[in-house]
Amino acid sequence: MITIVDYKAGNLTSVKRALDHLGIANQVSADPDAVRKAGKVIFPGVGAAGAAMSVLKERGLDAALKEAFQKGTPILGICIGCQIILSHSEEDDTDCLDLLPGACVRFRVSDPALKIPHMGWNAVSVLRPHPLLGHLRPGDEFYFVHSYYPQPADPTQVYAESEHGGPFPAAIGKDNLFAVQFHVEKSGPVGLRVLENFAKWQV
Amino acid sequence: MLSKRIISCLDVRDGKLAKSVKFVDTKDIGDPVAKAREYYAQGLDELVFYDITASSDNRGIMLDVVSRVAEQVFIPFSVGGGLRTVEDCSRVLLAGAEKVNVNSAAVKNPGLIAEASAAFGAQAVVLSMDVLRVPVTAQIPSGYEIVINGGRTPMGLDAVQWAQRGQELGAGELVINSIDADGTKQGYELTLTRKIAEAVSIPVIASGGGGKPEHLYDVLTEGKADAALVASMLHYGEYTVSELKEYLMGRGLKIRMVNG
Repeated sequence: MITIVDYKAGNLTSVKRALDHLGIANQVSADPDAVRKAGKVIFPGVGAAGAAMSVLKERGLDAALKEAFQKGTPILGICIGCQIILSHSEEDDTDCLDLLPGACVRFRVSDPALKIPHMGWNAVSVLRPHPLLGHLRPGDEFYFVHSYYPQPADPTQVYAESEHGGPFPAAIGKDNLFAVQFHVEKSGPVGLRVLENFAKWQV
Repeated sequence: MLSKRIISCLDVRDGKLAKSVKFVDTKDIGDPVAKAREYYAQGLDELVFYDITASSDNRGIMLDVVSRVAEQVFIPFSVGGGLRTVEDCSRVLLAGAEKVNVNSAAVKNPGLIAEASAAFGAQAVVLSMDVLRVPVTAQIPSGYEIVINGGRTPMGLDAVQWAQRGQELGAGELVINSIDADGTKQGYELTLTRKIAEAVSIPVIASGGGGKPEHLYDVLTEGKADAALVASMLHYGEYTVSELKEYLMGRGLKIRMVNG
């Protein structure tokens, strides 16, 4: 059973619908104990880092996520859920969950033709093989909507990158934690495969 | 680098698909959910649903369409038509849309853009504008005027200035629909699209007039659009999504191709 963490983060129902469509058992929960006991956790999100962290703290979900990570529960972060697993975010100058050392930083592009937010379809290149990205072929594209991107302190934690005025990390992870900046639930078949891979993932 | 997007627009009335031609006389051409699924399978990048239901009694049908699409189609989509308040916007987002599309209601009440943007984020707010070519005047310096009510009511508002205002208020994307070009299949309004694309820093989606793959190429290059909206070209089966995409890729544009 996959538990989708409910912290008022926009795309939660999209993620649930995608899992339902794939026939993957799931539940949505805002209960910290459900996250602690979960077989697997999806940590989704749309919105701002500051607001996301305050809701997590309010509901005691910050501590629950840390515990789940430490005890080895497979966790998939999506979008904001890929950003606030780091130590800090430049967005709202927010201290985050610190599951991975590093920071979430704002795009700084000099070319006025490059728009922020980075919104639309972009290619993702695998830098280090990972079971969740095993199906990717060169040129495969995913749907992105974000103004900030994750930058782990340890570059070996970057599994895939995309490019917007320069390369930026698009998938990061460590051990039982994997997180993608793009929206797997809105990226067509290639995105749904990431969710299927997560359901099958044996850490 | 982001790919140029191909977006299809589905006009929905009382839960059924329709395609407006010059905004008068629409005829029913089928089920929007089935059509959305078909385009998704063909590799379409995004969808827009416009609710053109006349009676507010039947608005609930649209929410049902939205949630059925969201259960079966895993690409972004927006919903517009009849959204007048943040609560209206909230309902379609909760039903499963990624974005709301506001048009006439935003012209009458620009605060709607700001409120929706504050509530859901700029990425969720698309400002759609219907534009008519007019003589250049002091009031309309670009020679393009905003019209509402399906093109019948000129608003005395310059289209380029309205686009900039929309961005300042918090719109995340713009749909530029040329009333002159709509339904003609003679090509998009390149001058209008380029003028607006050069005046704002948010993505611009060109709408109205697409009839051939070349038209898409022209508006995505010369017109400087980030995306092209297509309707009848696809709805009547004249082209498939992959035919359009292969053509554009063949001419050197960055296009998302869906592998087998």
